[in-house]
Amino acid sequence: MGKSLYEKVFERHVVGRLPSGQLQLLMGLHLIHEVTSPQAFSMLSEAGLTVLMPERTFATVDHIIPTTSQLRPYGDSLAEEMIATLERNARTHGLRFFAPEKGEQGIVHIVGPELGLTQPGMTICCGDSHTSTHGAFGAIAFGIGTSQVRDVLATQTLAMDRLKVRRIDITGRLRPGVYAKDVTLHVIGKLGVNGGVGYAYEYAGEAIERMSMDERMTVCNMAIEGGARCGYVNPDETTYRYLEGRPYAPKGQAWKQALSDWDTLRSDASAEYDDVVTFRGEDIEPMVTWGINPGQSVAVGATIPSPMDVAETDRASMEEAYSYMSFEAGKPIAGTRIDVAFIGSCTNGRMTDFDEVARLLRGRKLRVKSHVRALIVPGSQAMKQAMIEKGYDSLFTEAGFEFREAGCSMCLAMNPDKLSGREVCASSSNRNFKGRQGSPAGRTLLMSPVMVAAAAVAGEVVDARRLFELC
Amino acid sequence: MEESKRIIIEGRGVPLRGHDVDTDRIIPARFLKCVVFDGLGDHAFEDDRAGLRAQGKIHPFEDSRFEDAEILLVNKNFGCGSSREHAPQALRRWRRGIRAIVGESFAEIFRGNCVALGIPCVVVDSAAAEELQASVERDPAANVRVDLLAMKVTTGSITAPLSLTEAARRQFLDGRWDSTGELLAAKAHIRTLAASIPYFKW
Repeated sequence: MGKSLYEKVFERHVVGRLPSGQLQLLMGLHLIHEVTSPQAFSMLSEAGLTVLMPERTFATVDHIIPTTSQLRPYGDSLAEEMIATLERNARTHGLRFFAPEKGEQGIVHIVGPELGLTQPGMTICCGDSHTSTHGAFGAIAFGIGTSQVRDVLATQTLAMDRLKVRRIDITGRLRPGVYAKDVTLHVIGKLGVNGGVGYAYEYAGEAIERMSMDERMTVCNMAIEGGARCGYVNPDETTYRYLEGRPYAPKGQAWKQALSDWDTLRSDASAEYDDVVTFRGEDIEPMVTWGINPGQSVAVGATIPSPMDVAETDRASMEEAYSYMSFEAGKPIAGTRIDVAFIGSCTNGRMTDFDEVARLLRGRKLRVKSHVRALIVPGSQAMKQAMIEKGYDSLFTEAGFEFREAGCSMCLAMNPDKLSGREVCASSSNRNFKGRQGSPAGRTLLMSPVMVAAAAVAGEVVDARRLFELC
Repeated sequence: MEESKRIIIEGRGVPLRGHDVDTDRIIPARFLKCVVFDGLGDHAFEDDRAGLRAQGKIHPFEDSRFEDAEILLVNKNFGCGSSREHAPQALRRWRRGIRAIVGESFAEIFRGNCVALGIPCVVVDSAAAEELQASVERDPAANVRVDLLAMKVTTGSITAPLSLTEAARRQFLDGRWDSTGELLAAKAHIRTLAASIPYFKW
């Protein structure tokens, strides 16, 4: 019987069995940021411990960094204290810090892949649930808490339970105007926000194989929103082409060795899975969330579902969502007026996201509706520079978008980018939780970057395929 | 001084109804702007509490009947979303401190974070979750008893079987949920294994 990539990579990293019965797993790459690491460093010092393998931990600042100006000191003294603490901890322990002053900073899940740190066959962890993103390269990548950040700093290992594996096949091709974000929202909508608890998700099938690395990262990024702690795609030529030549990718002889090693890691055709589900790529529509979790979504042409459509035990949750969002069952989602449009985040703040939006805006003389505040937030400083070289700064600014500095920004609003009052935001981010975007009454509609751009232009939720004449 | 084992956790309960209660709700992101966990307890469910207050309703975490509670009673997929350990850190710092959570199911990262803090998240079936919540609402002064040896939750006349992973159970019963020491014991082996994995050399 063959093995899945998850099993192969997991087994390769097992140090041994712990007294509790859990397995001790070696971590190949540890990424840290300013929010979930300071207490871990304090715990380390209190225990009199040092960082075991400082060369395998990399730091960046993303959650709290302002996107208007990154000049120090930050206006928010708490944010300033957090970056200063991270800088100090990185210096004290000899960790590589991607500094804003050097143009190296960006969202942790964007910088890692961009620099070639993220590679097939690795175990990757970070104190951030969207670490599942890195699984797009055929790595086992997952989010951890602060006590576990301490463990990885001290031992380069974690106590882990082995997950089951569910293969999710997306067959055929996606239709024009349907993107990776729609695929991942579709899957979560079908399997539920807790459907993946206890599982790693292996995404496979023609539609996934045809995707670029950026698109695969979008899909894996939201595995956690379906309850799966990690999601991955088997590495292939697309993966290798993306990685070759990046700063931390192996070079020369090591690159050749890497390729032959990576080729052995793919799931075997005879691998057995704990579960297999299949969706037809052609059935997937542009999706929009209407509720307060990422599983509460509908196709843009559909109406908001009725509580009568779900099991009785789930009705209270739906009622709670309607009440918070002020939506009514049976009404179409299209036509919902928006106040804010946000394109960015570790889900959809990558170059190909901006390329696609730029392609559709260019030459159409479309402008952001006057009542809408629209933000374009690049995932990294390097990406911002590359966007300027492509002329996107003037393209987006002339279309009425604010072109900002790199960071997590309005995905979770730990910096000054926030909704106010009951504003509705069309957002390319990953969570539509109550209060997620910084206002306790703010409302988030998750969708693809192209759908956000269309909503910004129309001032309301619209089918981007019609606005941009995609079909 | 903190007990070194978790065998029977007993205290008053607080019912918190609803599925998919995410960690943004447990502790909103603006309170994550800190370099220590101290002080988070006051902000547990801050926005949910204010939201209900504005509607003339009361959140269980503001309800004086439950102010001494130490056992949290929840429903499905509690703690989903962000990996922020600030969420369980806030719960354990709320008033007397939450010492165990009983629910229908838990998000994985949250559950793991709770283990690291010595807070068992134990699973009961839907009917039991409902009965336990209703019982605590009827009689908030009654203790809820989470027994990891007998594997049951009891309050008033209700007794429900509980489950948790065998590894977590052993960690609580043996008082070994703080994993760093055990992980560090394998230091030599960690280095040997790392040296055998191709990419550690690139």
